[in-house]
Amino acid sequence: MRIQLTVNGTRHDVDDVWPGESLLYALRERMGLPGAKNACEQGECGSCTVYLEGVPVCACLVPAGQAHGREVTTVEGLAPEGSGDETALHPVQQAFLEKGAVQCGFCTPGLIVSTHDLLQRNPDPSDPEIREALAGNLCRCTGYEKIMDAVRAAAEALR
Amino acid sequence: MTSTDSIPGAKTGGGRVGDSPLRPDGTLKVTGQFAYSSDLWHEDMCWGVTLRSPHPHARILGIDTTEALATPGVYAVLTADDVPGENAVGLEHLDTPALARDIVRYEGEPVALVAADHPETARRAAKKIVVTYEELPALTDPRRALDPDAPQVHEQGNLVREVTIRRGDASPTAPVVVSLEFEVGMQDQAFLGPESGLAVPAEDGGVDLYVATQWLHVDQAQVCRVLGLPPEKVRLTLAGVGGAFGGREDLSMHVHACLLALRTGKPVKMCYSREESFYGHVHRHPAWLRYEFGAQPDGRLVYGKADILFDGGAYASSTGAVVGNGGTLGLGPYDFPSVHVTARGVYTNNPPCGAMRGFGCVQAAFAHEALMDELAEAVGLDEVEIRALNGMREGDRNITGQLIDSAAPVAELIRTVRDLPLPPERTSTDLRELPGGVSNTTHGEGVVRGIGYAVTYKNVGFSEGFDDYSTARVRLEMSGGEPVVTVHTAAAEVGQGLIAVEQQIARTELGVERVVVHPKDTTVGSGGSTSASRQTYVTGGAVKAACEAVRTTVLARAGQRCGQTGLRLDGDKIVATSGEVVATLVEVLGDDAVEETVERRHRPTRPIDPETGQGDAHVQYAFSAHRAVVDVDVELGLVKVVALDTAQDVGKAINPDAVVGQIQGGSAQGMGLALMEEIVVTDGHVRNPSFTDYLIPTILDMPPMQIEVLEYADPHAPYGVRGVGEPPTISSGPAVAAAVRAATGKALRRVPIRPEHITGT
Repeated sequence: MRIQLTVNGTRHDVDDVWPGESLLYALRERMGLPGAKNACEQGECGSCTVYLEGVPVCACLVPAGQAHGREVTTVEGLAPEGSGDETALHPVQQAFLEKGAVQCGFCTPGLIVSTHDLLQRNPDPSDPEIREALAGNLCRCTGYEKIMDAVRAAAEALR
Repeated sequence: MTSTDSIPGAKTGGGRVGDSPLRPDGTLKVTGQFAYSSDLWHEDMCWGVTLRSPHPHARILGIDTTEALATPGVYAVLTADDVPGENAVGLEHLDTPALARDIVRYEGEPVALVAADHPETARRAAKKIVVTYEELPALTDPRRALDPDAPQVHEQGNLVREVTIRRGDASPTAPVVVSLEFEVGMQDQAFLGPESGLAVPAEDGGVDLYVATQWLHVDQAQVCRVLGLPPEKVRLTLAGVGGAFGGREDLSMHVHACLLALRTGKPVKMCYSREESFYGHVHRHPAWLRYEFGAQPDGRLVYGKADILFDGGAYASSTGAVVGNGGTLGLGPYDFPSVHVTARGVYTNNPPCGAMRGFGCVQAAFAHEALMDELAEAVGLDEVEIRALNGMREGDRNITGQLIDSAAPVAELIRTVRDLPLPPERTSTDLRELPGGVSNTTHGEGVVRGIGYAVTYKNVGFSEGFDDYSTARVRLEMSGGEPVVTVHTAAAEVGQGLIAVEQQIARTELGVERVVVHPKDTTVGSGGSTSASRQTYVTGGAVKAACEAVRTTVLARAGQRCGQTGLRLDGDKIVATSGEVVATLVEVLGDDAVEETVERRHRPTRPIDPETGQGDAHVQYAFSAHRAVVDVDVELGLVKVVALDTAQDVGKAINPDAVVGQIQGGSAQGMGLALMEEIVVTDGHVRNPSFTDYLIPTILDMPPMQIEVLEYADPHAPYGVRGVGEPPTISSGPAVAAAVRAATGKALRRVPIRPEHITGT
């Protein structure tokens, strides 16, 4: 089947999509956007978190066809647009980089989208609120301490 | 993988040794641009999948691939009959078929491969392969493995390795004797990036493999053997690695993708699902441990005895080295006049077990630390002072008779964690701060606090006479009017930060700001394994040595040019002893590059004596201590870790932020084993191959940590470094288990500790 959707502001027409394919597969394998990650593909790890119509979802649990006609934002679409600087980062991305919240980095795209969403809803989260908001994003490298540091730093930068 | 070219961009300092520069791959990782092995794509590529055995032990009577091959979109179906070379791989023993022939020895063993135009097509075709099995009696209890009537997993018998350590009095006695039995469950590395990669057939009849791994060259040798190709025709490049923790030391899809690529003539991508990942890599050995310590009434140890059994599963993988560590390090970082240790690893029809962070020591530490607490109670000392009293010191000999010839600050580490501030008494009834969290299982009733301690040690690098080395190629040249250094090693960056360390060392040694890290591949000599906490030491040492060789060459050229000696390199200038600039680097180099390749070995280690286990088995030891504070809902058996504080001697922190990151992440994995992580295997079948049922710590489970980093330089190691990655995983779990014992008063002789162990229900 053919699906049409807008990803990071760009319209995509995707052909030959098998109906069983997930949005994650379509993004990664058909649209050249591998930023959302495939750590479990069963909605447990959060590494594939993207926005669908502004709502964070596990892209692995969304059939690609369900995204037809909709807007998707991935980690690749968070950096400020139009700055002309390819290395320009969103403050959440900058904070993860500076605070050492990235080791292998496989969880990072999902955590960055989840943090982005948290700080839109709650610009000044307490530590328990951060932990609750990110409880669906597994990280195996960091022990989460530097992720906490990064979220606090991003919140401060965005305020 | 693109090369990593970065200017310092330092958070602190100039990106040299002792600074904490930003990760050179960090920007790519936070923007989703970093190319992991599962992100690879190639024009005209197809997808490979694996068909695996559903039985723990069975004879293959026949494989019918007709219907699978007839499936539209399928390019190839391969079985053991299609292996062109020797159908045998393995890290220590070539006992593992690339594809099973005649016999399957564990549930999940690869039997056949399919390549197709879509992964779902390949999966469906794989289900159409008809394998006729005759089930065989399975050996699933390792404690029965050496019984005379046990099913034989391999023709040579079920014992993989036995190590005995004998020292001091052959039949020691002591006024105070404590003993226990302990059991450790099977932990999974649970790296997030699934096993994956891309094999591209080449015009020369060879293949280029892009893969996530821990040791490119040992993979290359194994792939060559199976393909029947020489190394120059099997070229490996490291793809982005989504964590490793030991689970990528063995081959996974490497050979399979190459077989399919060579058969189809197309690039083949393979990418495991999480379920397949649980079957597709080795796990941490489960262990059964029997310990006895004898001591004087004042608590001073007289002897230590241990009998340790590791379940190696169906194939040996690193079982030999795990047994070696369990034997030589299995009594912990204490001074024992007399020693009697036996460690065994056996074959069973359970999932194969091999490397995971801290191997051999992680299992033993749960037993020796629980027993030290028993001893403390028996002699009336506290948990800290019993460890300080018996802790190893520099100048001691360990249980294999090896002289501890650099810092061994056991007493300082354990006292340091004791002296860190404790968390305040719990007063809040905020559910988020209670065991069970927002499941609303308690408002504080039945919640008891406990504190536990542990101290451990681990060998760094490969041991027992292994020829452990790394190769570094360093080039210095002018580019765009500025000096640029290129560092080329094959040492795998798996997330730990080695590429930053390589840059820091090159900047420090050559005074050049711009350092490019060449993609990791097999066009340079082996870097050895990214394991055993060894890369900063061994590859870092090789980079340092290669930089020194480059510097020597440059200064020799400059000396010839200006007729002076005693020159030094300062950025892009050559400076005389007087401080006078005698030349610029551009004048000395011109259009030439200076390139040097160095293989660096650490001090040799020796095999241990087969009878007594005595010998200088290890090159370096690393020590750490943890203190855990837990709140336990003793009625429901739920545990919340409130604090997990630690002290570790790292010799020299090349990159202090990365050191702390290793300690935090390693501590989380140890806590996971203590409380939640276990692959449940029943009758040889894995019951929980998913992140729904195999639990790893979330951000809700991990407490804040206080971390004290000690830097007692090891005079034998480059910059004085001591391996960092593994010790935190070894001491954190036993500290958590001790804290739960303290809170509950229960013996708790098995990890992970489950709620029913606490409630007794």
